[in-house]
Amino acid sequence: MTEGEIPIKVQRFDPTADKLPYWQTFNVKLKPGMTVLDALFEVLNHQDGTLGFRFCCRAGVCGSCAMVIGGKTRLACETQMSQFMGKGDLMISPLPHQKVVKDLAVDYTHFFDRIKKVKPYLVGKEPYPEKEFIQLPKERTPINEPIDCILCGSCTSACTMAWTNSDYLGPAALMKSYRFLVDTRDSIPEQRMDIVESESGVWRCHTQFNCVEVCPKKLNPTEAIQRMKIKAVKRKLFGKRALKK
Amino acid sequence: MHYHKILVIGGGLAGLRAAIECAPKADTAIISQVHPVRSHSGAAQGGVNAPLANNPEAKDDTWEKHAFDTIKGSDYLADQDSVEYMTKEAGPCIYEIEHWGCPFSRTDEGKIAQRPFGGAGYPRTCFAADKTGMFMLHTLWEVSVKMNIPLYEDRVMVDLVLDGDTCRGVICLNLRTGELEPFMAEAVIIASGGSGQIYGRSTNALISTGSAQSTCFRRGVPLKDMEFVQFHPTSLFGTNILMTEGARGEGGYLVNSLGERFMSKYASKAMELAPRDIVSRSIQTEINEGRGIDGKDFVHLDLRHLGREKILERLPGIRDLAINFVDVDPIEKPVPIQPGQHYSMGGIDTDVHGATKFKGLYAAGECGCVSVHGANRLGGNSLLDTVVFGKMSGRAAAEHVLGKAKLKEGEGAMNKCLREAKAKIDSLLARSGTENHADIRAEMKETMIKKVGIYRDKAPMEEALQKIRELKERYQRITVQNKGKSYNVDLFRAFELEGMLDVAEAIVVGALNREESRGAHSRLDFKERDDAKFLRHTIATYTAKGIEISYSPVKITKYKPEARRY
Ligand SMILES: Cc1cc2nc3c(=O)[nH]c(=O)nc-3n(C[C@H](O)[C@H](O)[C@H](O)COP(=O)(O)OP(=O)(O)OC[C@H]3O[C@@H](n4cnc5c(N)ncnc54)[C@H](O)[C@@H]3O)c2cc1C
Ligand code: SF4
Ligand code: FES
Repeated sequence: MTEGEIPIKVQRFDPTADKLPYWQTFNVKLKPGMTVLDALFEVLNHQDGTLGFRFCCRAGVCGSCAMVIGGKTRLACETQMSQFMGKGDLMISPLPHQKVVKDLAVDYTHFFDRIKKVKPYLVGKEPYPEKEFIQLPKERTPINEPIDCILCGSCTSACTMAWTNSDYLGPAALMKSYRFLVDTRDSIPEQRMDIVESESGVWRCHTQFNCVEVCPKKLNPTEAIQRMKIKAVKRKLFGKRALKK
Repeated sequence: MHYHKILVIGGGLAGLRAAIECAPKADTAIISQVHPVRSHSGAAQGGVNAPLANNPEAKDDTWEKHAFDTIKGSDYLADQDSVEYMTKEAGPCIYEIEHWGCPFSRTDEGKIAQRPFGGAGYPRTCFAADKTGMFMLHTLWEVSVKMNIPLYEDRVMVDLVLDGDTCRGVICLNLRTGELEPFMAEAVIIASGGSGQIYGRSTNALISTGSAQSTCFRRGVPLKDMEFVQFHPTSLFGTNILMTEGARGEGGYLVNSLGERFMSKYASKAMELAPRDIVSRSIQTEINEGRGIDGKDFVHLDLRHLGREKILERLPGIRDLAINFVDVDPIEKPVPIQPGQHYSMGGIDTDVHGATKFKGLYAAGECGCVSVHGANRLGGNSLLDTVVFGKMSGRAAAEHVLGKAKLKEGEGAMNKCLREAKAKIDSLLARSGTENHADIRAEMKETMIKKVGIYRDKAPMEEALQKIRELKERYQRITVQNKGKSYNVDLFRAFELEGMLDVAEAIVVGALNREESRGAHSRLDFKERDDAKFLRHTIATYTAKGIEISYSPVKITKYKPEARRY
C-alpha cells in the first residue's frame, strides 16, 4: 500500500515545561518512499513546529535518529513508513531510559561518558613505522564487525543491566574496547583487560541479547563481550601470555 | 563568558584535525551543532586520495602526478601552489591517521588498499570498505578524546564577532537550553562543512546548510567561487542518497534505456571513470534526450557483473543503502540513479594556511576554499582536503595565538554582537506572518536544482535570482511556531534558512557573471572555457547594498592550462 494516512502517536516531553511525558497523535499522508524521519519532518513543517528530534545524515550512518518505532528500536531515517499502513497507531518514543532533551531527542552525554572510560583510541606500537602499520587482511578480519558501530546508543539503552547500574560500561563501550583489543596495531591489551574485567565490565553482562536484538547495524556486542570473558578467564589461568595477538 | 584561546567550529574531519593540531600548543575547544561522530564526514564512502603507490597498477605514482590530475580535474581553476602542498602532504597525513587507528582495507601484503577513482591516472584512492569517512571520523574523534579536547555540542554558531579587522569570537545558540552563549577567543577556525541543502536533490546531510559559513558571509567575510557546485553522477533516484564513485571504481557500468554503456560517447577512454562534471552531464544529456529508464529521470548503475563476493567485500554499505531505500539488491538488479548536488567547490576565501582576510579567523574543509578543487573536485580529494588543510589551519591558528602580545581584548565587541544576535533571535521568535519557512526552503531548493543546476543558461538563472530575492522578501513574514527553549528545531531551521538564501544568491550571481563553461559550471549560452576573461576566482562580498562580485588571480606554477580530454 502506498496511499492513505498513517496515524503516528508521538511521545512528547519538554523537561522545562512538562511534568510528565504525554502522547500526541498526528495523521501523516503516506508518500512513496517515505521514511519515519520524513514523516516527523512532515509533522514539524506542516502540523506542529514544536516537535523535537535529532537528525543528520538521513542515510543510516550517523546514529542520530535511533528511537523506538512500533515497539522496536530503529533508525527513523531508514525505516519505511509503508510497512505500518493499516496497522493502527504507529507509536514513536525516544530511546528508553535516557534523559530526554525534547520529545524524541535524548541526551547522549552519559552514553559517551561510558565510551570514554574504555580508552576508546588506538595506542599504536612504537616506534611508528615510516609508512603504514602492516596489517594483513586476515589480521583485520576480527575488527571488521566492531568498527561498523555507529554509536547510535540503541544497545546500551536496551540493556537492563545498564539501566540498573549506571557504572556498567554497557554493550557499545565494551564492543569499542574489543575493537582495539583485537586490533594487531594496538599496544595496551593489559590495560584494556584491566578495564574490561573491572567491577563495571564484562561480568555484568547477563547475556540477555537485548543489544543484539536492537542493533540497527546487525552487530553483535554480546559476542564481543563473551569473547572478552574468555580472554579474562585465560588471563587468570595463564597470565600475560594469554593476550598475545 | 566562555573563553578559549582557539575555537574550532565544527566537529567533522576538518574541525577535528584542526583541533588535534592546535590543542597541544594552545587551549582549544570544539563547538559543534552535532556530536562529532554524527558529522556529515561520516557519510563519505569511497575513499581518500594519496599517491602511496600501494596498488600494483600504481607503482610509479607520485605527488606530482596527483597534483596534475587534480589541476586538470579542476579545469585549471585550482591554485597550483595549494594543490602541490596538498598532494605532497597527502601521504604523511594518511599514514598519520592510520597510525592513530583508522581501519583502512588492506592489500594482500597488509598495506593500505587503493582503488581507482574518476579523473585519476592511477588507483590512488585509499579506502576502508565503503565507509571511509566514518572510520576516519571516528578515528579523529577518538584522538580528540585521548587528548581531552573540550567539546561544546548541541551548539549552533549564530554570529561571528568581528572588531574592525580582527576576529574576537562567536555567539552560539545552546540547543539544549535555548540560551545564547558568547565564546571569546584569540582565533576561530570555521570548519562547518558544506551547504548542499540549498539545492534540491542533494546527497548532503540535512544539517549541511552552511549556517556558520553564511553567518560569516553576512558579517563581511568574502566567499570564493561559489558558483562551482558539484553534481555527483550517481545518487539514488528518489532520495538522492549517494552511491559512491567507488562502485564505478570497482568496475560498475552506467547504462541507459537502450542498454548502452553510453559513456563511450562522451569519454571513450576513461568511460565511467571520467571526472564527475563530465559523467553527470552525460547522464543528464541521456535523460534529456529521452534515454532515461522508462523515459524517467534516471539511468542504471549496473554492478551485477562484479559478482556477489566483490560487492559484499568492497561495497557492503551501498548494497544496504540500495536495499533499504529503493528495495533493489545490486547483486541481482541494476540500481536506479540520477545526478545529485554533492559538494561546494567554493567557500570562505582563504589562503593556503586557511587564513581569511580577518586576523584570527581561519576556515578549513568544505566550508572553505583554498582553492584546491577549482571548478571541479576529483572524488577522494575532499577527505584529503579536510585532513591536510584542517591540520594546516590548526597550525597557523596556534602560531597566530602564540605570537599575540595582548590577550582577551574585545569584550566590547563581544557584548555588542551578543546584543545584536539576541535581537535577531528575539525578532525571529516574535514574527507571526503567514509564510511557512519550510515551504520557502522547499521552493529555494527546487529553484536552485531546476535553474542553476548541471546545465545553466542566462534566462533561467535570471528567473532564479528573481525568485531567490522574492523568497528573501517572503522570509520577512515567516512564523516560528515553537517559542520554547529546549531543542527548538523550528527556530534553528528558520535561522539557517536566511543564510541559505544569501548563499543561494551568491551562487546565482557568481554563475550569471561567469560567462564561460568551466568544470561543473556549464553554460549553454557560453559553451567554451574562456581563460582570457575567466581564469580567475570569483569573490562574493555581502554588503548593505547587496552582493558585490570581484575577481582574484589563479596561481599557476608549472601546469599550463590546456584542453581537458578524457
Ligand atoms: C554522501 C557523501 C559521500 C562523500 N564521499 C566522499 C569520498 O568518498 N571521498 C571524499 O574525498 N569526499 C567525499 N565526500 C565529501 C566529504 O565527505 C565532505 O566534503 C567532507 O567530509 C566535509 O568535511 P568537513 O569537516 O568540512 O565538514 P562536516 O563533516 O560536514 O562537518 C561539519 C561540522 O560542523 C558542524 N557545524 C555546522 N554548522 C555549524 C554551526 N552553525 N555551528 C556549530 N557547528 C556547526 C557540524 O556539527 C559538523 O560537526 C562525500 C560527501 C557526501 C555528501
Ligand atoms: S552496537 Fe549497534 S546498537 Fe550499539 S551503538 Fe553500535 S550500532 Fe548502535
Ligand atoms: S539521520 Fe543519521 S542515522 Fe538517521
